[in-house]
Amino acid sequence: MLNSVLPIAKNTLTDLIRQKVFNILLVFALCAIGSSIFMAKLTFQEEFQMLKDVCLGAMSIFTSLLAILATAGFLPKDLEDRTIYTLLSKPVPRYAYLMGKLLGIISLLFVFTVLMSAVFCVVLWTREQTVLAETRNATAGMSAEEIKAALKQITDATFNINLLPGIAIIFIKAALLASMTLLISTFATSQLFTVMAAAAVYFIGHLQATAREAWVGDVTSQWWSKILVAIVALLFPDLQAFNLTDDVIAGAAIPLGIFLQTFGLGVFYVTLYYAVSAFIFSGREL
Amino acid sequence: MIRKGVAILILLAIGALLMPVERRIDADQRAVHLRKPTLNLELRERIGQMGFLAALSGFRSPLAAILWIEAHNAWERTEWGRMAGLFDTVTTLQPRSPLYWDMASWHMAYNASVAAREDPKQPSEILRQRAERQYIQLGKEILERGIRNNPDNAYLQNQLGIILRDKLSDDCAAANAFLKASELPGAPPFYARAAGYSMAKCPGKEKQAYELLKHLYDKGEDERKPSLISNIKDLEKKLDVPPAERIP
Repeated sequence: MLNSVLPIAKNTLTDLIRQKVFNILLVFALCAIGSSIFMAKLTFQEEFQMLKDVCLGAMSIFTSLLAILATAGFLPKDLEDRTIYTLLSKPVPRYAYLMGKLLGIISLLFVFTVLMSAVFCVVLWTREQTVLAETRNATAGMSAEEIKAALKQITDATFNINLLPGIAIIFIKAALLASMTLLISTFATSQLFTVMAAAAVYFIGHLQATAREAWVGDVTSQWWSKILVAIVALLFPDLQAFNLTDDVIAGAAIPLGIFLQTFGLGVFYVTLYYAVSAFIFSGREL
Repeated sequence: MIRKGVAILILLAIGALLMPVERRIDADQRAVHLRKPTLNLELRERIGQMGFLAALSGFRSPLAAILWIEAHNAWERTEWGRMAGLFDTVTTLQPRSPLYWDMASWHMAYNASVAAREDPKQPSEILRQRAERQYIQLGKEILERGIRNNPDNAYLQNQLGIILRDKLSDDCAAANAFLKASELPGAPPFYARAAGYSMAKCPGKEKQAYELLKHLYDKGEDERKPSLISNIKDLEKKLDVPPAERIP
């Protein structure tokens, strides 16, 4: 199966790269550099916190958008330029075709997340070095202990090992969105519908925890309302579980157990949505 | 069509099986404060529809950052009332960020209060003093709310002590705050010394202050700062400590 999946994944990745999606990196870099210059007038603690807020927020937005738009586009495009017929006429099962496409998109999301993280780290490191140099000049003449404490305050405010699991969770959330969009695209009639439905699921997913608590807590009394809340609670993923960066920026640590649970939940959803997509797609008339 | 129906049933069934797992992850995340409190209608009115939508979609931190920059601009224009409102929104969006609580409290208790006291547009001295006290009180309340949201944060607790000591001249309450700060994880040694100094000024707490400062003194050379020694000596006189027990 890998013999047919890997070339499709590679071609999907190459095709997406050719669509110049990495130009978004320029926008991201502009966001990061521009905000760092603008925020230089704030205190260094404020500046570093804002920089992390803006960069991780932008990472989350860009990866989510890329996941939805890239996945929503491939099936209508392959149908339109008829490459899907050429592919499926060969001994390539439909599930392998979908898996190849999904792997290609997830690879793109991975490369994209790594590159954005690199830009973010470079900007943060550059600003850290500037602030460290300014502080060394300003503290000249003070005791070695005081200088060490001042410099430690700056380094503590910049890089934090907890940023890494935070970024990994951003990636798995994007992969989940890609897989979920793939599921929608297998029964959607147009790309526009897929994008709109995926965006709607994105918002519903962020409110899923509220619906679940309402259902479990028996908050609502009307039968139709109960059914609606139950459907939302059961059908959609709880996307709030993947929003951990806010607290990571604030300095909170993600315990390894919780990180693994959350990442594992993401991987499970990716697999589940892929499996259901393959099931629907195998019976679709092309 | 049948396939789609089966797919929905599969998703519903797996959703039901997954619910206990998701609820456990939710509870675990809440236990370590990785879940934000629910947004309410009051916040919806303050940040507008788009802001509320952004906050609901998992973009609380960038939204808080933008509002913080807006508050900074309001500071440059000395719009203290607007700043207070923006700080309230930012801290509601990001309650686990000690920086926001600390800076918001500092702006109110130090900058806004001084500006109110020296307000050239207000001729009445009494009203200027009243406004000053209100801003200091607001700064204190912001820190207290910050501490409720970050109970393990020694820095915020220490900042509360500083406001109580320097701005409200309440040494007894300041001593309590410093003492609590010194007992929290990651507290530097000077928090305990600050507790001792404030306690020494709190009527009726001299004995406790002496015991605390003496305990710190006995820890070794690193703790024996000039202020610590002079405070102990003052307390020795006040408490009539026998000469043999006094420090050299």
